[in-house]
Amino acid sequence: MKQEILTPKLKMLSLLVVLVVVALWAVLFSKGFFPASSFPSPVQVVKGFGEEARSGRLFDDTVASLFRVSTGFGLAVFLGIPLGLWLGLKLSARAAFLPAVNFFRSLSPLAWIPFAILWFGIGDTPAIFLIFMTSFFPLVLATASAVASIPTVHFRVAQDYGFHGLEFLTQVTLPAIMPQVITGLRVTAGLSWVVVVAAEMIAGRDGLGFLIWDARNQLRPDLLVAGMIVIGVIGVVLDRLLVQLTLIPSVRWGYDK
Amino acid sequence: MTSSLLKVDRVSRSFGSLEVLRDLSLEISAGEFVAIVGPSGSGKTTLLNLLSGYDTPTSGTITQSGVVRMVYQHDGLFPWKTAGENISMALRYLPDKAERGRQLAEMLTLIGLEGFADTYPHQLSGGMRQRVELARALAGKADTLLMDEPFSALDYLTRLRMRRELARLLRERPRTVVLVTHDIEEAAQLADRIIVLSERPAQIRCELTVNVPRPRQLTHPEVIETMQRLLVELGMTGGEGAPVTEEVSEGLGVGD
Repeated sequence: MKQEILTPKLKMLSLLVVLVVVALWAVLFSKGFFPASSFPSPVQVVKGFGEEARSGRLFDDTVASLFRVSTGFGLAVFLGIPLGLWLGLKLSARAAFLPAVNFFRSLSPLAWIPFAILWFGIGDTPAIFLIFMTSFFPLVLATASAVASIPTVHFRVAQDYGFHGLEFLTQVTLPAIMPQVITGLRVTAGLSWVVVVAAEMIAGRDGLGFLIWDARNQLRPDLLVAGMIVIGVIGVVLDRLLVQLTLIPSVRWGYDK
Repeated sequence: MTSSLLKVDRVSRSFGSLEVLRDLSLEISAGEFVAIVGPSGSGKTTLLNLLSGYDTPTSGTITQSGVVRMVYQHDGLFPWKTAGENISMALRYLPDKAERGRQLAEMLTLIGLEGFADTYPHQLSGGMRQRVELARALAGKADTLLMDEPFSALDYLTRLRMRRELARLLRERPRTVVLVTHDIEEAAQLADRIIVLSERPAQIRCELTVNVPRPRQLTHPEVIETMQRLLVELGMTGGEGAPVTEEVSEGLGVGD
């Protein structure tokens, strides 16, 4: 990956794009193409944002959503990576489980919403369950395929220099799959953040997904847009945070090619 | 050290119905530098895998003593470890941390990469990586190096430099070496003894000895003569003008 140098001048360009979009939005509003009840102005959104922020509701909803994502995602990492390791190392396990894992990976996690509500009702648990279903299967697959693609020469070198058991796992297998696993984490974390919104719209009484659904029900499009902006910004921040993992010196080899 | 460090006794190796090695016998003494050349697919790497203990023969026995280390074609280094950490893998048996550090510094100096302990392999050139690989194989208490076309992934000039480097390193740290190569120049310039394998199923076609101290010039008359003989043995010349003497004629040196 070539290091692109973003000069301050180039960085200004993105700000310019945002300003143009907001300006277009203001023009659309003032021309009255859409009814005001379903199309807020930028000013209304800023006011709505301030209202939600002051009441503390925005903060509480953000915390609720982040809690669900981190719990469901954490569980998926905790269980998915060991299972992926096992599948990657054992051909018979791969033969047995891979088709099933592939099936569930291809099944939209949103298809679980009815069962999530039937089994877990409303609140944290159905959302956590849905996020787990979102990230668990792709993580298993990413880990298993990373393990299965470790070059044989690494195993031979490990044997030559006496790496066995736990040491083999921590010094050879895990570092060898790290770059691919980190990529898997980024993809699944992004998916989880997408799914939590849908989960909360249907099976929540709080959270950012519920916030925008509730705003629609109250005919408050300003709050709806404010919620959307917060959701988008948090999604970007989460990814930026996970990108930091790719900067660890011992995994750079997987990206600098 | 015993007189014969590696002994291959009437070894055959088949993969299913594919017979790769047939009834091959070979003895390698401590301190010897033996090159194994042969047509591609002749079982050179199979023989090396048997010598390292990675593979077991279908019949016959292999005896090895001392610590045997393998040097791979490329990508033998762990990319997630720095050059220093890779070399330190060979020093793991040393209980004293200070001693490990001292020996690591010594190896880095030996290969001329003093400032590169914390550099990762992907940040090094191909030649530098192979030097780190050599340092790892030479570090600590290894007795024998098995090299599987160690320089074949490098460009020609780097390869010439690496041969000189290997000769120099072996003068500093004498080891028994078995080098598998398809590069007859490399064999003639480096080895004390060159074993030519036949087509599959491989047997020893002939053995050549080169009695010139290392490092040798590529243009040294005996090196050139050895290359000429190797070309003949590998069927790469029409034979005219080739100084093939009786000692190197076919069959000599075959185990039985």
